[in-house]
Amino acid sequence: MILTSVGQRRALLERSRSVAMVGASPNPTRPSYFVFSYLRTRGVFDATPINPAIAAIDGVRAYPSLEAYAAERGAPDIVDVFRKPADAPQVAREAIAAGAKAIWFQYGVINDEAIRLADEAGLDVVVDRCIKVESARFDGGLSTGGLDSGLITSRRPVPLGSGRR
Amino acid sequence: MSHDHVFGLRTRALHAGTPPDPSTGARAMPIYFSSSFVFDSTEHAAELFALRTYGNIYSRIGNPTVAAFEERMASLEGGLGGIATASGLSAQLTAVLSLAQAGDHIVASANLYGGTVTQFTVTLKRMGIDCTLVPGDDIDAVRAAIRPQTRALYTETIGNPAGNVSDLEAWADAAHAHGVPLIVDNTFATPVLCRPIEWGADIVVQSATKFLSGHGTVIAGIIVESGKFPWGAGRHPLLSQPSPGYHDMNFAETFGEYAFLMRARAEVMRDVGACLSPMNAWLLLQSLESLPLRMPAHVAGARIVADFLRGRDEVAWINYAELDDSPYRALARKYLPAGAGAIFTFGLRGGREAGRAFIEALELWSHLANVGDGKSLVIHPATTTHQQLDDEQLRASGVTPEMVRLSVGLEDPADLIWDLENGLRAARTAAEREALGA
Repeated sequence: MILTSVGQRRALLERSRSVAMVGASPNPTRPSYFVFSYLRTRGVFDATPINPAIAAIDGVRAYPSLEAYAAERGAPDIVDVFRKPADAPQVAREAIAAGAKAIWFQYGVINDEAIRLADEAGLDVVVDRCIKVESARFDGGLSTGGLDSGLITSRRPVPLGSGRR
Repeated sequence: MSHDHVFGLRTRALHAGTPPDPSTGARAMPIYFSSSFVFDSTEHAAELFALRTYGNIYSRIGNPTVAAFEERMASLEGGLGGIATASGLSAQLTAVLSLAQAGDHIVASANLYGGTVTQFTVTLKRMGIDCTLVPGDDIDAVRAAIRPQTRALYTETIGNPAGNVSDLEAWADAAHAHGVPLIVDNTFATPVLCRPIEWGADIVVQSATKFLSGHGTVIAGIIVESGKFPWGAGRHPLLSQPSPGYHDMNFAETFGEYAFLMRARAEVMRDVGACLSPMNAWLLLQSLESLPLRMPAHVAGARIVADFLRGRDEVAWINYAELDDSPYRALARKYLPAGAGAIFTFGLRGGREAGRAFIEALELWSHLANVGDGKSLVIHPATTTHQQLDDEQLRASGVTPEMVRLSVGLEDPADLIWDLENGLRAARTAAEREALGA
């Protein structure tokens, strides 16, 4: 299912724990590094780089492929995609093969075929969103920075990544 | 496909930015009176300073209570985020310094609040930022004033004190045609009466001292940015080139739509330091809860007062975009359909002496230099803020000897009119005495 609402993205992040980040870079000026570092240091998600060109980022072992990740760690809750749009269908096929429950296409990673493949295979799909920004929307990070989280609630927040939903 | 419920303005004025406190469950926003905040570890500190994670460091840069006010204002204006400042003047200074440096240029309406004109044409000029003032109603003049070094256009939704209404779409089109953002001061309208971002503005600034506070208690300012302007397009080197003030970070590349807000906070708020106190932010949060109820009441009172004044012989003219004879009526209908604010000027027959007598006869209206209080306010510029000018200099500054400015509050309109009647009688007596040469 393609998740289009804030509530759906929140539920996905609340029930998820492992995030396999395809295309995560160790270069500290790259957006994918900002996202990886955020998820890792918040300690809420189990974030793992998927990148055949590197051994590790900040001490976290990288896997060369989603297949290698799944063989050792099992199916990831979310496959987070930092690749050019043309590469997205192949990543979607690999995510489906790895048994991923959801696939998350970062800002600008928009490819209709990849979206359709993942959707038809039963994965939850998020498109053209940043997992760091959406996490920060729900864990209070955006609000800390005076940024509009869009959240209106009179309930105390449920911690993300708790698998409580 | 599932869609999110869209909450209305009244709901957001009460709730945006203030969910229950996660650590205590407190339903009202606590006042976080703490200058600084501990780090979890050295790594956490490093992540915070590198802007890779969100969190509190030091209240000059961010504070939880201040952030709640910022988020609520961003929600009300329809922007990406907000930055609260010590005053309205520091809000506009922070906004301009986030975009422009020595050698750069801005174009602004000539009909701005006098304090803004001075800031732009004297203080910014001393810092090497040039400002061209153009007639706010003349979009061709706005376009013609834009240079390669122009980093922003600047106008007010409703001009102070001239009461002119800006053609916001035309200003935004002129700005964007040249790759320049539009900054709009929305102080006199508030997001209840006009949301400039919906008309193409990129940055909204306001003096929160006025209607947002609404009780005449705090001095404060707020910047809200839309998140829609292409900061990385090359027109703003401060955002799209490595920043020596921040480890050579390229804000546009790193933060995309958040580039302006991140640089304004991490560099300009850090270095200029005009931050808002958490106490003041908390007072503003209380005030914002009732803003959507207060503004229509301000407008209703101002219409009644204007109608009363229109029927009086002592009144030579009224300049209020709610009135059909205002040259700004059409623009007000478009941009301010719920009312053109509650601040307007009128002229007393008899000039400066009539103005003096009018002010001194008033009992209920407060004679002071502010606007947007729940209490009705009045000022006669020719005998106060502009008293050092002779009549000719007054006219050149756009302030005439007979001009009185009203900020209509929330009292019973009948009481406001009772008081104005006494003032007008005194003004008439003074005018007659002056006419007799006494």
